[in-house]
Amino acid sequence: MTAIRLQINGAAIADDVPPRLSLADFLRERRNLTGTHLGCEHGVCGACTVLVDGEPARSCLMLAVGCDEREVATIEGFADDPVIDALRRNFHQHHALQCGYCTPAMLITARDLILRQRAGSEREIREGLSGNICRCTGYTNIVSAIAEAARELGKEAANA
Amino acid sequence: MKAPAVDYVRPRSLAEAVDLLAQHGSEARVIAGGQSLVAMMNLRVASPGLLIDIGRLPELGSVSDNGGTVTIGACVTHAAIEDGRVADPSRGLMPRVATTLAYRAIRTHGTIGGSLALSDPAAEWPAVLTALDAEATVCGPSGRRAIKCAELPTGVFETRLAVDEIIESVRIPKLSAAARWGYLKLCRKSGEFASALAVVIADHTRGHSRVVIGAANGAPLVLTDTSQLVSEGGGGAIHDAVAADLDRAADRHFDDFQRSLHAVAATRAVRQVLQ
Repeated sequence: MTAIRLQINGAAIADDVPPRLSLADFLRERRNLTGTHLGCEHGVCGACTVLVDGEPARSCLMLAVGCDEREVATIEGFADDPVIDALRRNFHQHHALQCGYCTPAMLITARDLILRQRAGSEREIREGLSGNICRCTGYTNIVSAIAEAARELGKEAANA
Repeated sequence: MKAPAVDYVRPRSLAEAVDLLAQHGSEARVIAGGQSLVAMMNLRVASPGLLIDIGRLPELGSVSDNGGTVTIGACVTHAAIEDGRVADPSRGLMPRVATTLAYRAIRTHGTIGGSLALSDPAAEWPAVLTALDAEATVCGPSGRRAIKCAELPTGVFETRLAVDEIIESVRIPKLSAAARWGYLKLCRKSGEFASALAVVIADHTRGHSRVVIGAANGAPLVLTDTSQLVSEGGGGAIHDAVAADLDRAADRHFDDFQRSLHAVAATRAVRQVLQ
């Protein structure tokens, strides 16, 4: 067991973990943050994407021990985030989810694309989503929802 | 699947990491971003006894511009290169390559040194750094040594690194102002490993022209006839030169489909430079 201290969604957490424990399993099994989903467990499907130190990361490819002294944000941690708020509304309006398994990571990935200004065209959004698999094949609506959220946020920024 | 049981240590300096590696030998694996190693552990392809985490060592994250060269620390991430947060010796080639490398959530943690040390045949950096004539500095118990990136990989997931050596940095000569580069990665979906990968450098000012293909069933392959053609500024049939080079690479055992992919990637990447 290795002692770790980290921030999860703004809260300071201390725990003892076996080094083989992935960040994803730590979040789900130890912290009960089950909005982070596990699909492939080798970095291909993207369902486990969270933020580590503010940047998107595959929580199946990060060990919990490697997150000592880091800040982690999961889908449960974006209550007051204007970008996630716009994305959630637009995912709802555009029917951008079917089973919902990929959705938390789609939102986190889309938020990063919008903040890095990589959501300016359909092509750009599709490129940026290439690492997030939706097995309901709902990409058309997901892309529309992200494009619309990006437009709304862009307008708001222009009017501010 | 879940990774097998393993011990873990996060040394506070490169010297400490090298000591630990010397002590534990092949039982230990160095982990930087872990974007390949943890996947391999989850798939139970790798089961090291001890992980030595060098990912956040400050001395491995530094970048320096030394006039004619740029030295990039081994633990600089693909995302830092993509975003232009570090000096670029390659006039846009390396940031362009980084955007094609896996997915953003992997690029934020995967490192250039990790890519070199693993030497996955389909990886981008071994081929790109070979084309740029870069040199790795590796650190072991008896000190440091330099090794050309072109000579570092010896085969599929095999390198000239000793079991007790860690890549510290990569020193990359700057392309001159008039230099041109070409890059083409063929894969079925953005971010996948390459089916074929070609990198072309034409730096006539420095007298350095090189055409390299990756995903070549082994170490990156320098296409000598095609490199010669590029150094002469074209003039011959590109596909003939590429075909001659691929004919000589019989030891790579390309099937017809792979051979076609490599020929297409190399030819198109060369055209980017010669146009």
